[in-house]
Amino acid sequence: MKACVIVFPGSNCDRDLQIALRDAMGSEPDMVWHGDSTFGDVDLIAVPGGFSYGDYLRAGAMAAKSPVMREITRRAEKGVPVLGVCNGFQILTESGLLPGALMRNADLKYVCKDVHLKVEATDTPFTQGYENESVLRIPIAHHDGNYFANDDVLNELEDSNRIAFRYTDVRGERSPQANPNGSRHDIAGIVNKARNVLGMMPHPERLADPSLGGSDGKAMFTGLVEALS
Amino acid sequence: MSETPAEITPDIIKSHGLSEDEYQKVLGIMGREPNITELGIFSVMWSEHCSYKSSKKWLKTLPTEAPWVICGPGENAGVVDIGDGQAVIFKMESHNHPSYIEPYQGAATGVGGILRDVFTMGARPAANLNALRFGSPDHPKTRHLVAGVVAGIGGYGNCVGVPTVGGECEFHDSYNGNILVNAMTVGIADTDRIFYSAATGAGNPIVYVGSKTGRDGIHGATMASTEFTEDSEAKRPTVQVGDPFTEKLLIEACLELMGTDCIIGIQDMGAAGLTSSGFEMASKGGVGVDLNLDHVPQREDNMTPYEMMLSESQERMLMVLKPGTEDQARAIFEKWELDFAIVGQLTDSGHMVLSHKGKIVADLPIDPLAAASPEYDRPWVPTVKAEEISADSIMPPADIMATLERLLSCPDLASKRWIWEQYDHMVMGDTLGIGRPGGDAGMVRVHGTNKALAMTSDCSPRYCLADPVEGGRQAVAEAWRNLTATGATPLAITDNMNFGNPEKPEIMGQFVGCIEGIKEACLALDFPVVSGNVSLYNETNGQGILPTPTIGGVGLLQDASKAIGMGFIDEGDHIIVVGETLGHIGQSVYLREIEGREDGTPPPVNLATERKYGDFIRRCIQNQTINACHDVSDGGLLTCVAEMALAGKKGCQIAQPTDTPAPHAWAFGEDQARYIITSKNADRLISEAQAEGIAIAALGIVTGQDVSLKSHGSVSVTTLSDRHESWLPGYMAP
Repeated sequence: MKACVIVFPGSNCDRDLQIALRDAMGSEPDMVWHGDSTFGDVDLIAVPGGFSYGDYLRAGAMAAKSPVMREITRRAEKGVPVLGVCNGFQILTESGLLPGALMRNADLKYVCKDVHLKVEATDTPFTQGYENESVLRIPIAHHDGNYFANDDVLNELEDSNRIAFRYTDVRGERSPQANPNGSRHDIAGIVNKARNVLGMMPHPERLADPSLGGSDGKAMFTGLVEALS
Repeated sequence: MSETPAEITPDIIKSHGLSEDEYQKVLGIMGREPNITELGIFSVMWSEHCSYKSSKKWLKTLPTEAPWVICGPGENAGVVDIGDGQAVIFKMESHNHPSYIEPYQGAATGVGGILRDVFTMGARPAANLNALRFGSPDHPKTRHLVAGVVAGIGGYGNCVGVPTVGGECEFHDSYNGNILVNAMTVGIADTDRIFYSAATGAGNPIVYVGSKTGRDGIHGATMASTEFTEDSEAKRPTVQVGDPFTEKLLIEACLELMGTDCIIGIQDMGAAGLTSSGFEMASKGGVGVDLNLDHVPQREDNMTPYEMMLSESQERMLMVLKPGTEDQARAIFEKWELDFAIVGQLTDSGHMVLSHKGKIVADLPIDPLAAASPEYDRPWVPTVKAEEISADSIMPPADIMATLERLLSCPDLASKRWIWEQYDHMVMGDTLGIGRPGGDAGMVRVHGTNKALAMTSDCSPRYCLADPVEGGRQAVAEAWRNLTATGATPLAITDNMNFGNPEKPEIMGQFVGCIEGIKEACLALDFPVVSGNVSLYNETNGQGILPTPTIGGVGLLQDASKAIGMGFIDEGDHIIVVGETLGHIGQSVYLREIEGREDGTPPPVNLATERKYGDFIRRCIQNQTINACHDVSDGGLLTCVAEMALAGKKGCQIAQPTDTPAPHAWAFGEDQARYIITSKNADRLISEAQAEGIAIAALGIVTGQDVSLKSHGSVSVTTLSDRHESWLPGYMAP
């Protein structure tokens, strides 16, 4: 399996994703600079977290217009899996690869902490390493993670089982207290219609190594390697 | 020389913070009257902030050497060997005055400045910490300042992608008009790729990189060298504005350039901007400097030489390159879309010569200006010893467990989760699970290895006020204990000295006393000072802050997998106290919070005992005979046990050993050189310790969901946690 990690000016989780992928793949992913309008054949494109272009204008808005995004959109349409984490998710919604928008957290503050997620769709290359309905502990770290979409879009996401992850408590129960940012329908991550593009606010790459305090994120990367090799 | 529109009047000299004597020295050095640009340069170079004129004499007495120290104070940051060809580079710096005037930008640019001090030397920043001190929670400005400072630190640190893993936050009314924002950065470099600031080689190009220069921050260094008055808020225009996005690009571009062979010397533009970086580089290298100000990238029109030289615009660096490498270097900065400008060259004139629009606008001799930098032996008086308070003179509380609840929810001891959850403490994927904020020390793996660094910041200002020498000792000892409690070998410290007006002999006496205490502790614990910063004049309308020598400590864990945290681990583990509990109640948090008294002497620090007990703890962690450890500090023994219960979400049953002081003194006294540890095999551990002459006693076991003290009742971990966690969020969201 070959993978690449896109690096925008201001990306700061590119190395974290690189390491999680390297550990799962046993080989080095390519690091692709935002100004490159094309890159080699890969089986997975990963768009990392951080503050691309300093979050100026709106989180993800400027990166969505960068040369490399045109190429990513083209490949995504051909079926190449694209994973967007945190700022990566924001970029994917801004570029139209995923529906909806990520607004400022409901309490207006940046938040970095472990949260619990329930896996609700395992028929994607990103989530096939998880048991359906399993509850994961994964960190979030964002200021703009409050997922918004209109009722029609939300109904479509629900009906087509495209909500990959939802915020819950440790027992897998949904509640306002378990939702860290005000996201509608407690959405933490969604896939596109073709199920080859996943965007999620939590950072699976941050808990893929037990010495960092947990490894619930690991199955995403080993699952991807299994699905794409 | 060009025209100097402003005549140098006594008022102008005074407004530049130069004394009569200092101005006479200026005339002597120049051999003529300076123009306004030159006067401005003298003013910032000789400001307290840049020249350390009041503190230099005393700072020189601190121990700065050890076999593992590669570079001590005097460079941008201290450098310490961590083996395998790697070094840790770190420093703590204050941004107090700006943070009070404009909390968000003041704190944000404090983080930016300290990051630059560290990556300037070739290190990739690995972690940030910050030590914050605010006024009384009841003061009308405090909430606004907490919100702004925390948002500023987060806004900057989160965006540059450096985890903020630790720090401290306290409240006291002495900080009502002068908050303290002390920011620390810890970075990692290869020992053969460390960069210094000395500029050498006449003819070599001087290059400016980073953001453009604007009119922000002019005279920031002078502002930081005077007291505040009511109209200090009118100084808001002197606070700089930060752009963390540019800083992130600057980090990546500088580190990329440092991987090549282009750089001779490099220095960030911090306080006093282009002036101080130019002077420091030239002075260290023994060369002269010609700068053409027309080539300085400018953000605003019609900037004067005076403004350009004194601007404190952020995210800028000055470098001297090897001739012929300019294009290679320029390509890197262009890739990162940063300004890159050749602004001058080194000369053998020994002068800094500035030209602007075809005219020479300033010409200053470098060595005489640096050598004549004032150094004062300010008069000082030793702090009068306080009277000791006996625990027996204090009425015992009716209910020890209710008192515990009150202490755990008081502003200084309450959880600071509301703060550190606004900081990204995990980015870069090396923050250990047990090294996240809230423990004794932050712990971050040395990237790509099994080693880790432990880091902490500590100070007990109330101790320093009552007895500066003891307080200085205690700050260093507590930092050393916090590192020890994780299993790390303490390496070195950075000291951030925050004090009032040094022209008052009693304030100077606090400074001198704290330095003495720090010195003694550093020597006894093999824990040298490798970098530091001094912030004086923290006074408003004549009222000074508590003396606050913040100590940032760094330690090394050779095997990160052996590090331990402070949370209880397993049901049935034995809880043991190491160290002697005499029940010292003077200056304790208990005395202040429960009795409303801030008096007495601080607990004495026996440095030989500290050393012996700490070395024992570290050996236990190395041998894996203990599985959790927490140093006993503010709030005393019972508070410490409760914090371990909270961190591990497990209860305990303990009992006060016989032959110990009255229950309240035993539970809440703040005797030093103590740790609470947990172990599977208490008997063996205790007999081994006793054989070495170490005071040690069994307290009980980890069990259930309540913290229970025999004969005093119990309280559930959930209740304690609710009380501990709710104060700060409740305060911030009234």
